Amino acid sequence: MKAPWLRSFTLLYLVFLYSPIILLPIFAFNDSKVVAFPLTGFTLGWFREMFSDVNLRIAAKNSLIIALSVATLSTILGIFAARASVRYRFPGKAAIMGLIMLPLVLPEMIVAMALLVVLLSMGVPLSLFTVIIGQVLICTPFAVAILTSAFQSLDRSLEEAAMDLGETQWSTFRLIVLPLVMPGILSSFLICFTIAFDEFIVANFLGSGQPILSVYIFGQFRFPAKVPSMLALGTVLVCMSIILLGFAEYMRRRGIAKAGGKDTGGFL
Amino acid sequence: MAATPSSEARAGLKLISPTAIYVILLLAVPLATVLVYSVMTGGRGIVSLPLTIDNYAQLWSKSVYGYIMFKSLMVALTVTFITVILAYPVAYFVSFHVKPDRKSLWLFLITIPFWTSYIIRVSLWFVILGYDGVLDKTLMGLGIMNTQLNFSSYGIPAIIFVLAHAYAPFAVLPIFVSLEKVDRSLLEAGQDLGESRWITFLRVTLPLSMPGVIAAALIVFIPTVGDYVTPKLVGDGKEPMIANFIETQLLKLQNFPQGSAFAVASMLMVGIVSVAFVLLNRRFIGGQK
Repeated sequence: MKAPWLRSFTLLYLVFLYSPIILLPIFAFNDSKVVAFPLTGFTLGWFREMFSDVNLRIAAKNSLIIALSVATLSTILGIFAARASVRYRFPGKAAIMGLIMLPLVLPEMIVAMALLVVLLSMGVPLSLFTVIIGQVLICTPFAVAILTSAFQSLDRSLEEAAMDLGETQWSTFRLIVLPLVMPGILSSFLICFTIAFDEFIVANFLGSGQPILSVYIFGQFRFPAKVPSMLALGTVLVCMSIILLGFAEYMRRRGIAKAGGKDTGGFL
Repeated sequence: MAATPSSEARAGLKLISPTAIYVILLLAVPLATVLVYSVMTGGRGIVSLPLTIDNYAQLWSKSVYGYIMFKSLMVALTVTFITVILAYPVAYFVSFHVKPDRKSLWLFLITIPFWTSYIIRVSLWFVILGYDGVLDKTLMGLGIMNTQLNFSSYGIPAIIFVLAHAYAPFAVLPIFVSLEKVDRSLLEAGQDLGESRWITFLRVTLPLSMPGVIAAALIVFIPTVGDYVTPKLVGDGKEPMIANFIETQLLKLQNFPQGSAFAVASMLMVGIVSVAFVLLNRRFIGGQK
């Protein structure tokens, strides 16, 4: 490898990217209320404090409910949209797909506020449910993007073969298409789960003070005494995110390999 | 498939209808409502007829609205510039100097921080840079300084710094993708014809990768201009940006028409800047042909 300058620049860049995150485990295990160097000693106390925090447990439970519902709904809506856009031509397709993908290019605050204004005008009480419907809007474009590439890598002749052999449209979808795009579906579910779990704007404004993890974290960091246990929580969350995303990436690759493998098999 | 166009159209529409209905009801209708509210009369919590363009006239005449928008625009453009400039050499390194089988590992390493909770990353900077933060405590503890630096109270520079960190990984991927598409034989041709490495880069690689640079700029610009958390937390809330101001107008003052007009104007501004980026992109793509 040449270009030592570029290489050291890239390494510095990575250090810069990771610098705040590296502090999470360092201070989460540090035996001091004061978050500063030099370190004073090792402790598990902050993790103990975190696990005994009742409000935190409620917030975590709510976040889990929200993220699971959002991931499920977004992925289902994503399957409909991705399948329709890959497989069929129909009038107004560009406009509909554009609207579905719009939240990607709209500041999240605008999406949240527009929805909030309508909900308030209609007198709908804010709850976990309103957070879910808002976050689905944010997550669906990601689901559609992932699932579109999953459906695109699908060999159409496999479906045609199944139909020729007497399967109905639905049984073909269930027996042939679904298993082949399953890795894409799983990866979409995991990505949406991660986004929804971390999401703050919609959770804050459409949740109206319900304890939700991201909102709770945002509030707690203002109290210096709470910071060490929040760092412990951050450590746990970051590890969780990395595991989930590593798994999502693995599933996506396997999916492409699976469909791609079938493709060459078909040509041979 | 013996599907006629009309039956194909019907099947496609039927299939996409659940998602389409969802986004029409929960995205298009609310956005349209904001648009309608922005031309209505109203005060605290009330929206009523007659229709008026007074809200937009207010945006024009009261300097605070223009100031907030201008400030957000400047912050976002600065952040975009910094992230793209820093990301380019990184993307270049991964594309040109990393072995093909190691590229995805490098990209994964670069994108992981982006997938960790945004709230935690921004809050961490607050813990590091804030009053009595890690930076100040450490420097004072070591006797290097004897007063608080309290960088996070510096307002706009602190906001720019934290946003540039938060959105840095966004910029690497599009640039990397466009660099991957650059035909390597063009570079060899350039050097065979006597150009230096640097001139080849300026005359071949850089123009060919421009679409990626502009895509990166767009991807960073849109979320930063509408960011809510960083100005609130890092800037101590003293330097509100568009999103914070919308919150004040709509939720605290409950001035729906005025808040809506501001939101619409902000969307318009974001839209115009984005279109300008896209047009720049067109120009470069057109130049390649």
